[in-house]
Amino acid sequence: MSNSSKGFIETDNTQQPTGSRAPLVLNMHKFGEVTHQVCRVAENRPPMAWYIAFVICLGMMGFLGFCVTYLIFTGVGVWGLNNPVMWAYDITNFVFWVGIGHAGTLISAILFLFRQKWRTGINRFAEAMTIFAVVCAGLFPGIHVGRVWLAYWLFPIPNSMEMWPQFRSPLLWDVFAVSTYFTVSLVFWYVGMIPDLATLRDRAKGRFQQFAYGLASIGWRGSMRHWHRYEVAYLLLAALATPLVLSVHSVVSFDFAVSQVPGWHTTIFPPYFVAGAIFSGFAMVVSLAVPARQLFGLKDLITMRHLDNMNKIILLTGCMVGYAYSMEFFIAWYSGAMYEKFAFVNRAFGQYWWAYWIMVSCNVITPQLFWFKAVRTSIPLMFILSIFVNVGMWFERFVIIVTSLANDFLPSSWDQFVPTWVDIGTMVGAFGLFGTLFLLFCRYLPMIAIAEVKAVMPEANPHPGHADGHHAGGHHGDDHGFPSGAVPALREPRSSEDSL
Amino acid sequence: MTTFSPQTQTAPRLPNNSSLPLYGMMAEFETPAQIMEAAKKVNAAGYRFWDCHVPFPVHGLDKAMGIKRTILPMLVFGAGMTGAIVGFCLQAFTNAASFSIWALVWVTGYPFLISGKPLMSVPAWIPIIFELTILLSALSAVGLMFLMNGLPRLSHPLLSNNRFRRATDDRFFIVIESRDPKFLRSKTEAFMKTLGAKHIEVVEDR
Repeated sequence: MSNSSKGFIETDNTQQPTGSRAPLVLNMHKFGEVTHQVCRVAENRPPMAWYIAFVICLGMMGFLGFCVTYLIFTGVGVWGLNNPVMWAYDITNFVFWVGIGHAGTLISAILFLFRQKWRTGINRFAEAMTIFAVVCAGLFPGIHVGRVWLAYWLFPIPNSMEMWPQFRSPLLWDVFAVSTYFTVSLVFWYVGMIPDLATLRDRAKGRFQQFAYGLASIGWRGSMRHWHRYEVAYLLLAALATPLVLSVHSVVSFDFAVSQVPGWHTTIFPPYFVAGAIFSGFAMVVSLAVPARQLFGLKDLITMRHLDNMNKIILLTGCMVGYAYSMEFFIAWYSGAMYEKFAFVNRAFGQYWWAYWIMVSCNVITPQLFWFKAVRTSIPLMFILSIFVNVGMWFERFVIIVTSLANDFLPSSWDQFVPTWVDIGTMVGAFGLFGTLFLLFCRYLPMIAIAEVKAVMPEANPHPGHADGHHAGGHHGDDHGFPSGAVPALREPRSSEDSL
Repeated sequence: MTTFSPQTQTAPRLPNNSSLPLYGMMAEFETPAQIMEAAKKVNAAGYRFWDCHVPFPVHGLDKAMGIKRTILPMLVFGAGMTGAIVGFCLQAFTNAASFSIWALVWVTGYPFLISGKPLMSVPAWIPIIFELTILLSALSAVGLMFLMNGLPRLSHPLLSNNRFRRATDDRFFIVIESRDPKFLRSKTEAFMKTLGAKHIEVVEDR
């Protein structure tokens, strides 16, 4: 068996001739091989690069802990906030991290509903990324309230003051949207992982591993009667998570759009935020997938086709974001509102012009390179471009939040925001928190949805010779052999269901 | 460990020297196609307490086994509606009601007048009604799925079987339980031999 994962040679499975489907799993024809390929990551000692990355992330996370503690003991004055810029890095980071999460849900839920089978290679760690990103996101509104010990006032908890939250406020909608999003994503991720945790349990050698994975897999034994309900529940979760993910960033955008501040008060915000969220999230998936598949030898499962598809989504959503930027400008002019016009001209040519142009060059110009297939299938280029997109999307939130607040209606109240070391330390530290959680996930949990990948292999077809039993792909000579044996090695017949 | 392998197919019965009671009999298959054919036969033979154990959901196997579609979606719909009602009542009570109720603690509504908006600002409540609908639906979908599947479980006779470990890897198992009314050690064993399994084994109830 030739195994491309050992070297640097990439197999190009991006081509899909008419009437056949490109393979999603390379160089493997047995289910056991897939199990082994994924489980060995969690079973063996990780490569040296993992330890180095873990120490760095742990250090950054420690610094986050220090910055947050300092903030809580001293007050939000340690940040560079002023009047009028009362939201800056905190909310920028919050929106950035919530947005990152959206790609995971898009992959796990929306691509599932559209029966995009390539999602199986990347959905597990994209969902993990969602959870960890939402953890980072949840930190910021939690600490920016000032008196952190009163953060529970956000929830409708009966109290001796007989006071309740104000439910007409988008800020409160946000509390419900983000906490629901976190809960549902966590449940979705865990439910998807149960069969794979059972696989790890059944392979575990050590007593502790058997116990831990046994407990986590709650007694799963692959019963088809269980699978039947499981699949229905999974479909329901996907159908529920789809409107949820669209609602979350819409609600986040309401935090701004419902206010009167010029530059925020725009109706385009909900779709624009959702597109931007998916854009940044996919960039983050690529930034994580490229090193992860290299480091853990998962190139046969996260193939070039997966990366190519993700880059296409980055291109699409990047175009949407670019459209939104230009439409904002157009409406600012077309509305005739002078504050609105000023806000946008000021964004591009005012005191934060550099942030605006970083945003435009990273988010609008960079993804256009993905029109070229050579760029979409080049590992180093896609990694660099995905980092650019991440940077650009961070600056997008910074531009929206800070430029709008810094120069609002009255020039006498204008001011400039300058970040302090605590601002920067908290931002960098959040990446450490994210990285630490992600590295732990890679080390101890099944990084790829083993059961789901097996189910999309041609060998999983219970009616060999037929395409999913519907005759859509016709017969392939040998009725009793697997399709892969009868048709050119890397193809699988197209079924009527797949074409949806 | 009591085993049976194709080499000793002439043996009349599987040995069961152990004093442990019988959980059932297990047949092992290597491909989805084989278990599909076998499952149809077991279903046709009229067994009720039997199951297929597979590493991934084999497309169409539930139909071949004669599993009826679960009522889970209807229950989840009910939970979702409950979430919507809870969301509405929560906001209507806390922001628009001027009475008190006893709900775990004595709570009082607070008619919240702000910016001249009406007390019953239903459009502004929709996001939270929506979120609670999704939350309750999702949690009930998973919770009820676990409940109906009899999970979580800390132990199971099948999980004590070494060969069964490959049910989460690359093997496909059919298990007929001894509590099935049609289960008769010798007859079931003879029947299972006709299924074309790679291996047949007695599973002890431990």
